[in-house]
Amino acid sequence: MTPALPDNVGYVAAAYLVFLALVLVYVVIMASRLARHQRELLELEELADRTVRGGREREPV
Amino acid sequence: MLYGKRLTALALLTAVTVTTGFALAFFYAPMDADQGFMQKIFYVHVPMAIVALCGFVFGGIMAVQHLRTGEPRWDLRSYVAIHLALILGVGVLLTGSIWARASWGQWWVWDEPTLVSFLIVFLLYACYQPLRFSIEDRDRQARYASVFAIVAGAFVPLNFLAVRLAQAYVHPRVFATSQGGLPPRMALAFLVCLVGMALLYVTLWRYEIASKQTSFRLRALKRKLGGDDAVGDRGRSAAPSLTA
Repeated sequence: MTPALPDNVGYVAAAYLVFLALVLVYVVIMASRLARHQRELLELEELADRTVRGGREREPV
Repeated sequence: MLYGKRLTALALLTAVTVTTGFALAFFYAPMDADQGFMQKIFYVHVPMAIVALCGFVFGGIMAVQHLRTGEPRWDLRSYVAIHLALILGVGVLLTGSIWARASWGQWWVWDEPTLVSFLIVFLLYACYQPLRFSIEDRDRQARYASVFAIVAGAFVPLNFLAVRLAQAYVHPRVFATSQGGLPPRMALAFLVCLVGMALLYVTLWRYEIASKQTSFRLRALKRKLGGDDAVGDRGRSAAPSLTA
């Protein structure tokens, strides 16, 4: 025999799920920002490479 | 470091404390004689409300520092503090409504001072982002936002005071029993939940600041390497800027 669930378990679960959902949504948004930072970092690496190559080509032989 | 070891340690400590707090609330704290199992909402709702209100005051303190020093980093700190407190505020209103429904059979009660005063504070701070967005000039935006944060931050303690002075005590009072005070096991669970919630706030605050600082640095680096054309126009934004 399984023990009966206490009264109002749905409301309590809903309240804790609201908290969990808020934290999760926040973390997902922050993760997307992190992904954007990584993309920008890649762009910067390419930009730095181009700048360095351009500088070498301009150097007198 | 931005996403350094300290932030990782803080995040781990937060996870452990919040989990322990909730575990204590469900498995250690006794069942409330009056409200029964539904009183467990108290352990998430009240710490969230306390931390949200403290977050608003914290944002005001950061704003004072911004007006004193004129340094944009204080504006950023104030902005993030208020932003996070608003997110927690949404949680407080939602969990409060759920508790009200379970306790009183209604989602919202307008003659309840605790609910209404918190809603007033929340709505007041809901104007913070639109205020920032409405001002294009960055310096003016930061200054006006700081003044707002200070005035609104000073208003927040009135929220507590108004509720304490109110006569209609319809809101579930679980801080005090007939013997006076919360039973020790409940008090311990509540304190751990409160510390956990405060740590969560601090972790997310630091995390968001680190993220925004990284964004500013990347932008500055892009400008350095590729000139203004590489960066493009940032456009109007409610978020503060660390660059001139």
